[in-house]
Amino acid sequence: MWLPNSKIYCIIVKTITLDGPSENKLTLHIVFILQNSEDIRCKCICPPYRDIEGQIYKQNVSLKDCNCLHVVEPMPVDGKDVEAYCLRCECKYEERSSGTIKVITIIRYGDATIIMYLSILGLLLLYMVYLTLLEPMLKRRLFGHSQLIQNDDDVGDQQPFANAHNVLSRSHSRPNVLNKVEHAQQRWRRQVQEQRKSVFDRHVVLS
Amino acid sequence: SSSLCLFSSSFYSTSSSSLCLSSSSSSLCLSSSSSSLSSLCLTFFFTCLASASASTPGGEEPNGAGHLMDFLDEPFPDVGTYEDFHTIDWLREKSRDTDRHRKITSKSKESMWELIKSLLDAWSGWVVMLLIGLLSGTLAGVIDLAVDWMTDLKEGVCLSAFWYSHEQCCWTSNQTTFDDRDKCPEWQKWAELMTGTSEGAGAYLLNYLLYVLWALLFSFLAVSLVRVFAPYACGSGIPEIKTILSGFIIRGYLGKWTLLIKTVTLVLAVSSGLSLGKEGPLVHVACCCGNLFCSLFSKYSKNEGKRREVLSAAAAAGVSVAFGAPIGGVLFSLEEVSYYFPLKTLWRSFFAALVAAFTLRSINPFGNSRLVLFYVEYHTPWYMAELVPFILLGVFGGLWGALFIRANIAWCRRRKTTRLGRYPVLEVVGVAGVTALLAFPNPYTRRSTSELISELFNDCGALESSQLCDYVNSPNMSRPLDDIPDRPAGPGVYTALWQLALALVFKVVVTVFTFGMKIPSGLFIPSMAVGAIAGRMVGIAVEQTAYHHHDWIIFRNWCRPGADCVTPGLYAMVGAAACLGGVTRMTVSLVVIMFELTGGLEYIVPLMAAAVTSKWVADAFGKEGIYESHIQLNGYPYLDVRDEFSHRTLAADVMRPRRSEPPLAVLTQDADSVEEVEALIKGTDYNGFPVVVSRESERLIGFVGRRDLTLAVKTARQKQEGVVSSSLVFFTEDPPPLPDDPPPPLKLRRILNLSPFTVTDHTPMETVVDIFRKLGLRQCLVTRSGRLLGIITKKDVLRHMAQMMDQDPESIMFN
Repeated sequence: MWLPNSKIYCIIVKTITLDGPSENKLTLHIVFILQNSEDIRCKCICPPYRDIEGQIYKQNVSLKDCNCLHVVEPMPVDGKDVEAYCLRCECKYEERSSGTIKVITIIRYGDATIIMYLSILGLLLLYMVYLTLLEPMLKRRLFGHSQLIQNDDDVGDQQPFANAHNVLSRSHSRPNVLNKVEHAQQRWRRQVQEQRKSVFDRHVVLS
Repeated sequence: SSSLCLFSSSFYSTSSSSLCLSSSSSSLCLSSSSSSLSSLCLTFFFTCLASASASTPGGEEPNGAGHLMDFLDEPFPDVGTYEDFHTIDWLREKSRDTDRHRKITSKSKESMWELIKSLLDAWSGWVVMLLIGLLSGTLAGVIDLAVDWMTDLKEGVCLSAFWYSHEQCCWTSNQTTFDDRDKCPEWQKWAELMTGTSEGAGAYLLNYLLYVLWALLFSFLAVSLVRVFAPYACGSGIPEIKTILSGFIIRGYLGKWTLLIKTVTLVLAVSSGLSLGKEGPLVHVACCCGNLFCSLFSKYSKNEGKRREVLSAAAAAGVSVAFGAPIGGVLFSLEEVSYYFPLKTLWRSFFAALVAAFTLRSINPFGNSRLVLFYVEYHTPWYMAELVPFILLGVFGGLWGALFIRANIAWCRRRKTTRLGRYPVLEVVGVAGVTALLAFPNPYTRRSTSELISELFNDCGALESSQLCDYVNSPNMSRPLDDIPDRPAGPGVYTALWQLALALVFKVVVTVFTFGMKIPSGLFIPSMAVGAIAGRMVGIAVEQTAYHHHDWIIFRNWCRPGADCVTPGLYAMVGAAACLGGVTRMTVSLVVIMFELTGGLEYIVPLMAAAVTSKWVADAFGKEGIYESHIQLNGYPYLDVRDEFSHRTLAADVMRPRRSEPPLAVLTQDADSVEEVEALIKGTDYNGFPVVVSRESERLIGFVGRRDLTLAVKTARQKQEGVVSSSLVFFTEDPPPLPDDPPPPLKLRRILNLSPFTVTDHTPMETVVDIFRKLGLRQCLVTRSGRLLGIITKKDVLRHMAQMMDQDPESIMFN
């Protein structure tokens, strides 16, 4: 399954077994990832000449064949006019930055960079909505109003070792994984709040 | 942990790979199709190797939950670390690094394993550079691809696959005609999609409305994300990085969340059509990557001085991917960003910049095997007489630079001090809305600024279809691209000229309000756009004058009818260089970046002429570039190496305490108790205390820092046996003679700096400023005839310099 004008750029040596209905069961030992030959091309733009109108020609040729004689097919003029016609044409070699993979079961994926970016953006937006809208609502429902005020108090004390106190006091609690995640998140939120105060409120840094 | 991915790197641009997640026990390989992920995987692979072999970062305790969760623990501050918003002690960091190196070298002779460890330590620097280059290149490629798509999203969408931008969508279309070369039926504008019509006032208004709505949405998302997750991600980043590299500490400025948010919101900010660029934020992103990889090796994570060497190299990689200019990136880091730049860093920066440029090239975001959108292909020569318009463009660039800096600083100061600063979200959304409203009607501002610059830089071939290239072609002309003779301008060119003039005014005004808002914003692309527009207009004017009046004396020598005399694209390049130089005051790095951007080595002399002229003109109005002005506005303690101090003041005029102030707070070497030390720390807010023999003789022993003292006393109270409030604190080798049955004394000699810098009170301030600059001091003690008289800190020096230059000395906020 070797297509012309294709390039290898990843070889994964792993056994993947795809389960499915028995006629679709596949065991892949080696997966070649190829660049689709559609992603490179030579594009020639030819202006109107005498009574022939302007045309655009595209073909999948390599860089050294990217000129008028190889790409413009069928040639609309004969013999002695070919040179004059070709002198007016502009040929450019172009590549596209997307790729496809052809697994033996012919699964195609498009350009994943945009999808990846949109999914990261979506996750961040969901987390932001949760932090700004849902969490205070949940806290208010569970603990009541007074606790909320206490939690929202500024922790902006200027002592340099507020962290040290917290670390020493916290080492007595259980080193549970969930506890650690919770504490790390609290610490992060306090840092962000400090940063927000100095950037947005007091305009001390990054004004 | 290990990963099972093997890669064959290809020298051709490619775009598919696999993403590998390696956990402690297994590896899972997902296949996707972007080579950005391949470099990410390569990064993970090397990171696994590196963390397996490098020494573990300090501060880890064996924990029941396993080493995987240790990064969640807060690092316990120990002696030798610095507080937030303080300056580091360069000399201490340097001596610590020399000690570490000596220890490793002496141990390497013991066994084979030690030898291998010493080799790994020597090579860790290069591994860090490689990782930084890979990650920066990957992120820059992702940013470029995403900006491309989202900018096109404001105008329309691709129907076959929504994640394709306009150009990618029309790639496979067979229905592009010669007359409509850029259009295809697969990509439709919003009006066409929603109502089915593509012409007429209704469609125009609908497109207009949707353009503005998308711009508002993107800018709102950007500023909200910055506000909620990482407030340090706003702004350009270069002034703060300059300050950090000079020795200042801003915790969290180069953190992981800042990296993530800056990357994500940069795409949103650029796509919303605001008049900003992505070069400055890319430098910040690259420095965040540098900081991230520094934490893998204790050689860099524990030593702030060595870390800054890595950050200098990372800044070079950042500029390298922003412009596709590796050498320009290294020179930019050397000239603009770094403070101390040893020769070793030069070679390593170059390596990082090259790796980053190569990674970006293999992702190939622009589909033409080039690194930047502005690559120009012509090589027409320029003529001596053209130096006159080039120098005029340089003057324009200098004037614009000076004007922009004044206006922008005034606006930022207003944002800092008045009520405008309390509504950052509203401000961003408002400016984005106004920009979109004014930008849509003019076709030159509707498209992204990079595309505008690319069109202005390019010469008009025979087959260009844009309005700017609407020259009157002679019917039997058949010359190839590079040699088309000068032609008279058609009506399209004149339309384009007044549209460009409007675009120039618009950009000049809007950029003043955009730079410095609370979203990632860069300055390079807008300034280059202003210069390119001005340059192209001048170029077209010269070209038409040369065509219509080819018998004037100036043109007769070098311009024959039927020859290609004037290239307006070159004037655009020179104008862009002039404006960029006027704003940032770069010299060598600017010229190198410009000729790496365009590939035109023939055009070095015009670029140099314009850059030099613009710098001279702009310096006549004010000595600081935009970044130094922002540093001054924020009050960072940045002692510029370029400032010359030429006043005749002495150290005695600047030192503290002044006559009206309380005397110097000192510690004695063996006569203070723990209680008195704690009272001194609590009662004052000085950053350090000199230690003298006794309060009567005032002979200097050394200097002890506040943070070290506080930590040592605190730890001693908790850990050491018997230390109480009345225990004696001594800094000598042996404890002093004690009365009967005393509480055990506390020895603090290890935190004492026994070699503080001293000057006499008659030392001229010129020398003192030089010492501070060259050695990176934080404070300097003043003595007279061997007795301690006072102290000069970096803040005092900066305030004194500000006072001498008639600026507000109270604006220096940090020390």
